[in-house]
Amino acid sequence: MKSSVVVFPGSNCDRDIAVTLEKLQFKNTMVWHKETKLPKSDLIVIPGGFSYGDYLRSGAIAAKSNILNEVIKAGNDGSLIIGICNGFQILIECGLLQGALLRNFGLKFISKDIFIKIQSNKNKFFNKYKKDEVIKLNIAHNEGNFFTDKKHLKELEDNDLIPIKYCDEKGDITNLSNPNGSLNNIAGIFNKNKNILGMMPHPERMSDKICSDDSGLPLFLSLMK
Amino acid sequence: MKITKELIQSHGLKLDEYKKIKNFLGREANLLELGIFSAMWNEHCSYKSSKIHLKKLPTKNKIVIQGPGENAGVIDIGDDDAIVFKIESHNHPSFIEPYQGAATGVGGILRDVFTMGARPIALMNSIHFGSPDNKKTQNLLNGVVSGIGGYGNSVGIPTVGGETKFNSTYNENILVNAMAIGHAKKNKIFYSKAKGINKPVVYVGSKTGRDGIHGATMASAEFDENSEEKKPTVQVGDPFTEKLLLEACLELMKKDSIISIQDMGAAGLTSSSIEMASKGKLGIELDLDKVPCREKNMTPYEMMLSESQERMLIILDDKKENEAKKIFDKWDLDFVVIGKTTDTNRLVLNFQNKKVADIPISALADEAPQYNRKWNKSKIKKNNFKIKDLKKIKTDEALIKILSSPDNSNKSWITDQYDQVVMCDTIHKSGGDAAVIRIHKKEKAISISVDSSANYCVADPRTGGKQIVCENWRNLISVGSKPLAITNCLNFGNPEKPEVMGEFVECIEGMKEACEFLDYPVVSGNVSFYNETNSKSIFPTPVIGGIGIFDNLNRIIDMKTKKTGNIIIVVGKTFGHLTRSSFLKEIYSINDGSPPEINLTNEKNNGLSVLNLIKNNLVLSCHDVSSGGILVALAEMSIASMLGLKINKPKKFSDLNEYFFAEDQGRYLLEIEKNNLEKIEKMLKKDNTFYEIVAEVQNDIFEIDKTLSIKTEELYKCNNQWFNKFNAVN
Repeated sequence: MKSSVVVFPGSNCDRDIAVTLEKLQFKNTMVWHKETKLPKSDLIVIPGGFSYGDYLRSGAIAAKSNILNEVIKAGNDGSLIIGICNGFQILIECGLLQGALLRNFGLKFISKDIFIKIQSNKNKFFNKYKKDEVIKLNIAHNEGNFFTDKKHLKELEDNDLIPIKYCDEKGDITNLSNPNGSLNNIAGIFNKNKNILGMMPHPERMSDKICSDDSGLPLFLSLMK
Repeated sequence: MKITKELIQSHGLKLDEYKKIKNFLGREANLLELGIFSAMWNEHCSYKSSKIHLKKLPTKNKIVIQGPGENAGVIDIGDDDAIVFKIESHNHPSFIEPYQGAATGVGGILRDVFTMGARPIALMNSIHFGSPDNKKTQNLLNGVVSGIGGYGNSVGIPTVGGETKFNSTYNENILVNAMAIGHAKKNKIFYSKAKGINKPVVYVGSKTGRDGIHGATMASAEFDENSEEKKPTVQVGDPFTEKLLLEACLELMKKDSIISIQDMGAAGLTSSSIEMASKGKLGIELDLDKVPCREKNMTPYEMMLSESQERMLIILDDKKENEAKKIFDKWDLDFVVIGKTTDTNRLVLNFQNKKVADIPISALADEAPQYNRKWNKSKIKKNNFKIKDLKKIKTDEALIKILSSPDNSNKSWITDQYDQVVMCDTIHKSGGDAAVIRIHKKEKAISISVDSSANYCVADPRTGGKQIVCENWRNLISVGSKPLAITNCLNFGNPEKPEVMGEFVECIEGMKEACEFLDYPVVSGNVSFYNETNSKSIFPTPVIGGIGIFDNLNRIIDMKTKKTGNIIIVVGKTFGHLTRSSFLKEIYSINDGSPPEINLTNEKNNGLSVLNLIKNNLVLSCHDVSSGGILVALAEMSIASMLGLKINKPKKFSDLNEYFFAEDQGRYLLEIEKNNLEKIEKMLKKDNTFYEIVAEVQNDIFEIDKTLSIKTEELYKCNNQWFNKFNAVN
């Protein structure tokens, strides 16, 4: 499996995801934002961080960078793409995913371990998890409050395009277990073809038992042919 | 411009100091030169009041690679790994503008660490605020916490803990101390000492603006009611540029092109160029027309005194400019040769084809004034009350009150605003006795703890100084690591007052004694004087940041109790010392009497015994006993696991509160398996270490027979409510 991690000025989870991918024997390449070609890859990762310092609006400037044209092309051609945290924001800003990520409900940066519930495993990204499985992941963001219009929400719901939702330790999806005010506790979404995933929680931060947990690993294992 | 008395004073210089300046120059100074002297001779940059006392601290042993005097300290942690670390204050700016003050405090300390060739791997902090009742406190707390988080989160360095305390002594002078820890290769450490003549002096990073002019001078003076007017002296941080600068510098450091490198911190371009030249016994000549400026028509005075952030000065080897410039171009950062090294031993500044300053370097550095200020021995506070005369309070009521007090409450309201796990090497986040960070891709880790106890220091600075070193050492032991070395940030009032200077001198002497006894050297640090408003000074507040080492990842423990049926022993003797305790402060509002004594022999013996037990895999969880005594420490262990405890009553104490809330030093709580008790007893007796059995782990009830019975859920609740209530939007 070949993977590419796109690096913008201000990305800061690029090394973390590369370590995880390499641990799982992905042949990974770091791709600088000024490049105009993507190496041939089975997976494209838009990592977390503060691309361009989050200036203007998080993800907005990165969405206009050279390499994004290639990412958009690849996405439309059916390549697997995952955007994590700032990567999710970039995928929305460049139009590969719809909706918006607003400022957190509490207007503060939140970083903590949260729980998510797998809503659907019939896709390329979550097939190594059980449906309704509850896993612990970490979030760290200022703008993760997912919002969209009724029409898009219905489309997401009807087509099984919401793979993960915030929940409590027992798996109950409640207001109290919603860390940032996201619509219907949505933690991540797919595009129509389910080849592009955007998610706020960081699976790469749960890939090592000594540090916390390895509950994020099955996501990457799911992607392996 | 004529240099008048008013001008000299407004630059924070004394008239006799200006006389010296004239002697060094052999003439009157011009305004630019006066500004440069002011920047270099202020307390913050010159350490003029503290130097002779700081020399007393032990700074060397076989693991120290670099002690104080460089951008940060460096220690050897085996193999080819080194840890680079330092703590620094940003107190004055944070009071004036909390968000930017705290943010640039973090930025500055990060640069100190990566200037030396280390990749920063963790951030810690110690923040002190005024009383929660003070109307400024909420705004300052929110601003400082967002500023610390805003900077560290963006650069992508985990902020893994620290301490937050409240006391009315900080009402008009908050403390914001930030610590950064980095990892470097032992043979790839970079220093600020210039070498060679005619080498290019390169300016990299952000452009220079008009922010932070005279910041260091401002930080070397007291505040009064007009201190808000000093807002323009606070710098504005840009963590995005810092991240670029960090990556660009580390990329350049992989090559062999840097002779010396120095960040532009306090007193910006002035102090960085002088520092490099002075250490290399060289001169330096700068062409100020070339300095990248953010604003139009900036004068040499503004350029030399600006404290704009995210800038570095590099002296490159011959013919390395192109290679270096390519890297900075890639990261979209300015890279301009602004001058060269010379053999004149003078700082020469040129602007618009004119020489605008010409000063002997030694006058600015080595020959800056040093004072042996007058100091008075502190009067040790005596008890003005008898504990027996106090109105009795039930143990459970007292426990709840202490656990829900601002100082003892859980701090997750704060730490949830910090990214604690970016870089994916965080083994222990904040909330325990020490944070633990793995060395990337290695089977070893370091522990970090930041501590202070101003309440003890104000009562007896010598004991307080000793105590805080010991508490820090203890915290590192409690997670199973071997303590290696410390950095310190010494926050005090006006050193021109003999009683403040006395507190400083005695604190240092106490620290020296403990550091020497524990072989725990000081490798870096910072002094912050003039934490004083309208002549009212803060409690003496030395803050210690310590680093410990684990040589494998198998014996890292925390304070969470693990299994019902296990027993808890306390190592170290309880005498019932209550003065200066959380118990008297929170229950009776009594801040009186002397702090608990430190017995260094017992301290070391107890610590090493505990570490030995942990290394032998006999300890399941461990927590040091500090503020609040045994009962609060036990409650914290219970809250961490949500398992209950059945606690034994002491045999020798008639007053339970005296036993359970005493703050005697050198004590640890250890969870062990029953069937290991005999073995452990043997080992402790052999070491001559005192211990007693205090509790047994049980399901969710925290109890003392006939005295107290509380559900762990209740304990958790009362420990977790204060910050949310305090910061709730009304």
